[in-house]
Amino acid sequence: MFRTVAELVEVAEREKILISEVMIRQEVERKEKTREEVFQAMEQNLDVMEKAIHDSLQGVTSVTGLTGEDAVRIQEYMQTNTPLSGHLLLDAVSKAMGTNEVNAAMGTICATPTAGSAGVVPGTLFAVKNQLKPTREQMVRYLFTAGAFGMVVANNAYISGAAGGCQAEVGSAAAMASAAIVEMAGGTAQQSAEGFAMTLKNMLGLVCDPVAGLVEVPCVKRNAGGASLAIVSADMALAGVESRIPCDEVIGAMYRIGRNMPASLRETGEGGLAATPTGQLLKEKIFGSKVPNEQSS
Amino acid sequence: MSFNSVFDIIGPVMVGPSSSHTAGAARIGQAARNLLHGQPQWAKIHLYESFAKTYKGHGTDFALVGGLLGFATDDPRMKKALKIAKDRGLDVTFIENTAAVDHPNTVRLRIGNAEDQVELVGVSIGGGKIEITELNGFQLRLSGHHPALFVMHNDRFGAIASVTSILAKHKINIGHMEVNRKDVGKDALMVIETDQNVEDVIIKELMEAKNITHVSRMIG
Repeated sequence: MFRTVAELVEVAEREKILISEVMIRQEVERKEKTREEVFQAMEQNLDVMEKAIHDSLQGVTSVTGLTGEDAVRIQEYMQTNTPLSGHLLLDAVSKAMGTNEVNAAMGTICATPTAGSAGVVPGTLFAVKNQLKPTREQMVRYLFTAGAFGMVVANNAYISGAAGGCQAEVGSAAAMASAAIVEMAGGTAQQSAEGFAMTLKNMLGLVCDPVAGLVEVPCVKRNAGGASLAIVSADMALAGVESRIPCDEVIGAMYRIGRNMPASLRETGEGGLAATPTGQLLKEKIFGSKVPNEQSS
Repeated sequence: MSFNSVFDIIGPVMVGPSSSHTAGAARIGQAARNLLHGQPQWAKIHLYESFAKTYKGHGTDFALVGGLLGFATDDPRMKKALKIAKDRGLDVTFIENTAAVDHPNTVRLRIGNAEDQVELVGVSIGGGKIEITELNGFQLRLSGHHPALFVMHNDRFGAIASVTSILAKHKINIGHMEVNRKDVGKDALMVIETDQNVEDVIIKELMEAKNITHVSRMIG
């Protein structure tokens, strides 16, 4: 079993197979399942992602009204304007936000790697798809590649905001997506690792500071940021740009930064944006004067 | 390594909004339910750190209760779990604790009915994955992702051998096993993660074995 990105890339290069293939073979072997079973299970996840994006583009709003409808707003803007950041990039942003709007509205999503960061991987996939024209199989492979990198992060650092801040959630999701985009675009295993490293480097230090403790503000828009960064870094990697700090060391840095983050910035809804005057006001508005986070720690 | 399947990362399919606070919480609730004989009639839910601070916003409250009712992470009834619990006569109390714990997303669940009672500590470690770190006062480390047997026994020689030989006879393979005791010769607990679900007839046979006092199971 691969423990590091270096090992993952080494297996792919030695066997002359894709990273998604390394992941599929390991899953088959370790779980004593057939290849078809493993593939089908992942395809079901893909179906859930596709449906969530579809639902979001009909327009959804959360119970609190804090988030919703922005995915639609962006799609409408794209119809009538030429987006400065490019059609594909903004499409990914819209679909990433849309998935998280569905999540905030307590709809059904597939955690990738978490629910709060569930928009980045599908959002990028369903945008990149329009240009790269992958087969359904390649789309499922995208998820295996993302998952392979995510496993390394989960086992060597963390993927939850409560443990390591948003860098561990949206940071990991964006880096996973970047690696998967590179593979789908025909890049090498090493280029996937470079895309991953360059994305995560730009997410280091990002705190988890949800307003009122809800997975809404700023989570939905952080998925937008993560999706765009994933695509930009993938392009950089495909252009031959390399990360000076190796991928596994970037993950190590993320781990140590998370260890140094105070609890107030790890999904307690006490610091950062949650502690701003507007953040506090929104919390009071939602939960009334007797807010659940009131008690001191 | 805690995360050994790609579906720990890409998954679970779930009702939002938080994998640790909603999906993980539901799974901890399910684990507790599986360990109790029969329907829970009351539940005292102690929440710590991030769970205590944000449980209302994240739906941790309805997710834990949904788990206690046996709902899967993607069950659409999840959102209404608190009301459904009331309708089904499950009395729930939430207690916010300020004590320091090892992991930010920790819950201590005490649930019971007229016949039985279970107390466990569950930790939601991220992406919907959980660990059970304490059961009825015994420390342990269990993923909750495999079928598991919990065998209370007297701390006497041969008790473990009798259990493992019954499992072997029924071709049940053991993936992980822990033995814990409160003191020499006193109450002890075997926790056995198996590759296969253990049928009722095997449970019955285990209960009849010498020095075995109580057997419960968690379905994988």
